[in-house]
Amino acid sequence: MTLELAVAVALFAGVVAYALFGGADFGSGFYDLTAGSAHRGSELRTLVDHSIGPVWEANHVWLIYILVMWWTGFPESFASAMSTLILPMLLALLGIVLRGSSFAFRKFAPTIGQARLYGAIFAGSSLITPFFLGTVAGAIASGRVPAQGRGDLWSSWLNPTSLLGGVIAVGSSAFLAGVFLTAEAHHADRGALTASLRRRTLAVGAVTGAVVFAALIPILHDAPTLADGLTGRAAPLIIASGLAGATALALVAARRYGPARISAVAAVASVISGWGVGQYPWLLVDEVRIADGGGADATLAGLLVVVGLAGVLVLPPLVYLFRLTQSDEWVQH
Amino acid sequence: MSLSLLQEVLPHAVGLEPEGLLPARQQMALSLGWHIILASFGVAFPAIIWAAHWRGVYRGDDVALNLARRWAKVSAVLFAIGAVSGTVLSFEMGLLWPGLMGPYGDVLGLPFAFEGLSFFVEAIFLGMYLYGWGRVPPKRHLLMLVPMAIAGVVGSYCVISVNARMNMPVGFRVEDGQVVDVDPWAVLFNPGAILQFAHMWVAAYMVVGFTVAGVYAAGMLRGRRDRHHRLGFTIPFVFASAAAVVQPFLGHVLGLRIAEAQPAKLAAFELATETESPSPLRLGGLLIDGEVRYSLDIPGLGSIIARNSFTKPVQGLETIAPADRPPVNITHVAFQSMVGIGTLLFVAVLVYWFVRWRGRDLLDHRWTLRAAVAAGPLAVVAMEAGWIATEVGRQPWVVYGYLRTPDAAGDNPQIWILLVATAVLYTGLTVGAVVVLRSMARRWRAGEEDLPSPYGPESAAAGGASRPHDRGPEAS
Repeated sequence: MTLELAVAVALFAGVVAYALFGGADFGSGFYDLTAGSAHRGSELRTLVDHSIGPVWEANHVWLIYILVMWWTGFPESFASAMSTLILPMLLALLGIVLRGSSFAFRKFAPTIGQARLYGAIFAGSSLITPFFLGTVAGAIASGRVPAQGRGDLWSSWLNPTSLLGGVIAVGSSAFLAGVFLTAEAHHADRGALTASLRRRTLAVGAVTGAVVFAALIPILHDAPTLADGLTGRAAPLIIASGLAGATALALVAARRYGPARISAVAAVASVISGWGVGQYPWLLVDEVRIADGGGADATLAGLLVVVGLAGVLVLPPLVYLFRLTQSDEWVQH
Repeated sequence: MSLSLLQEVLPHAVGLEPEGLLPARQQMALSLGWHIILASFGVAFPAIIWAAHWRGVYRGDDVALNLARRWAKVSAVLFAIGAVSGTVLSFEMGLLWPGLMGPYGDVLGLPFAFEGLSFFVEAIFLGMYLYGWGRVPPKRHLLMLVPMAIAGVVGSYCVISVNARMNMPVGFRVEDGQVVDVDPWAVLFNPGAILQFAHMWVAAYMVVGFTVAGVYAAGMLRGRRDRHHRLGFTIPFVFASAAAVVQPFLGHVLGLRIAEAQPAKLAAFELATETESPSPLRLGGLLIDGEVRYSLDIPGLGSIIARNSFTKPVQGLETIAPADRPPVNITHVAFQSMVGIGTLLFVAVLVYWFVRWRGRDLLDHRWTLRAAVAAGPLAVVAMEAGWIATEVGRQPWVVYGYLRTPDAAGDNPQIWILLVATAVLYTGLTVGAVVVLRSMARRWRAGEEDLPSPYGPESAAAGGASRPHDRGPEAS
């Protein structure tokens, strides 16, 4: 394995982690937004607060990891992607800023009125962020970011692959969040809340699954290089994703929430990995190969040191944090 | 305001520079200047909270424990907007400066990756600490602040080392326009980076310490003179005092390097139009049409302060090609504001602790309390002025001697819209943060301790058997 490929794999592992953990946080905004009036939705909104409060900042750092790995490891492609995709990047960034700050503000808001305002901003921006990040992924995967300079400001991300990418990102985030929130409500013995979350998660999951597979048809025309990869090398992952997603739905339907979480994570991880494997060996599809886009070798080696350190310094406390938040004392309070 | 000063503020509103340059500069200044205040809280607040929390746990001091609990809630708000405004900067590196990140991303980036690791650690333990009240055994809970404090230090060191490398480029060569021989590690162990870090690290303690202490000084001014307020003043004020005493010396040592590393910046700091031996110290003053006006010159002192020598001159601007000179007046005024405020705070804390050592409590005097309230904003101004001085003083370079700022900017004229949008957004965030923090203080004074989320269930029918207010994630 070359240095470039090793760094690209580490970078992409960050993309998968962000899609799963960050995605689940963003997705909870969907249920928050549609929870109804302040009175009716208060139980669910409290669950959302409780569920993502301790972890959202840590989950958010995966995005920083991706950006830093990208600009340090593959600087030229970062510069051209940022120049080309400035609009969706800025809109995603706006969502990130609004979501994080209004989430914190809502938690300590003095009145219901203020809490509703911050809550609406939090929930709305939780949906726009994955959408625009999805369009960015679609732009890269469909070969619309040039190797040098700036591509088209609009058509680079307003195209079938990008828009479907955005919808899939929102849908899979909401599905993941739904499975996790349902499991958490069940764990805390909240019967009515569990039942309502279960229904909505099933609906979101069915729609998202349908969109993912329907999306393959327009992508075949719009992004031929990616489509070749998806139907060739990445086909097993796409099939695995479909199976895992269907299993997750069945498990939610059967009220087996613990195992459903594992299947849901597997389904989303396989879709995202399918995209990565599908566009291999391209860094920017049809423009720059991973092998040709790397920065200085010494820097790439340095990044692998960072990845190794992350495994030692970051993963153990991260696992500890997740275990704490799932423990009985934290769930029942 | 003279025309030449105006020209500095709007250097090349018309000209051959990329359209994205001026708005990109303003955008970077706005978002960095805003984030650096919150970043200071990320760096310094954990240690200050730790001191209060430690007293609470190991000395059984309930007032201190309560302070720590409240500060933790305040930090939940500040760290959240700090995290997102820091993310803004990550994006902006590429959005605003493609000409820097393309060629130099792999030169500069590695310390950012380490910074990312530290931020990860800080965010993980922040989650555990904030939500751990009443859920984690007290001594272990207290320990969770330690990785946060360490990560804050390491993270800020890494970020500052990137900036140091832009000031004093090391670890690469440029051959035929290509960057070669990249040694990404060189900067991490660069003495310039260590000094620059120390200066900023200590500044963060001044900003946070004086600001938090000022909040309690304001309370005492309104007659709230209980132990809660005295302790809430004293703990952060001790940190701020130590920092304010060390800072002038650190700044001096750091300044000595500039004569070698960036003579143009030093000339602008000192308003040295010509090389004079020994150089005077110029207090105040502006450069107007090539002449220094309105300044108070103290003969010889410039050489002593800037060069540690009675004779060595400050190299004058006349030795620098006009195209390589920074905007002199902004740099000079910002630099002297920083030094002036730093000196004032240095003297003020020495006087306070001296008088206290002599057995008198200055906190009984309203003017002391007013000064203590003013110290926080003053420290913020000094820190911002310091950043303006070093960043504007490096112009016209992004990477000193290698890459000019105009070549780093993109050609996106729409960045003006972005600048306006950012100004609106940050104003909104500031208002939101102030409203929420003030309401928290008001409710605390009213005796409400837990501040439950207002979405908390209003009746037990919502599920579970506990009282409504116990639902707040921080209740215990």
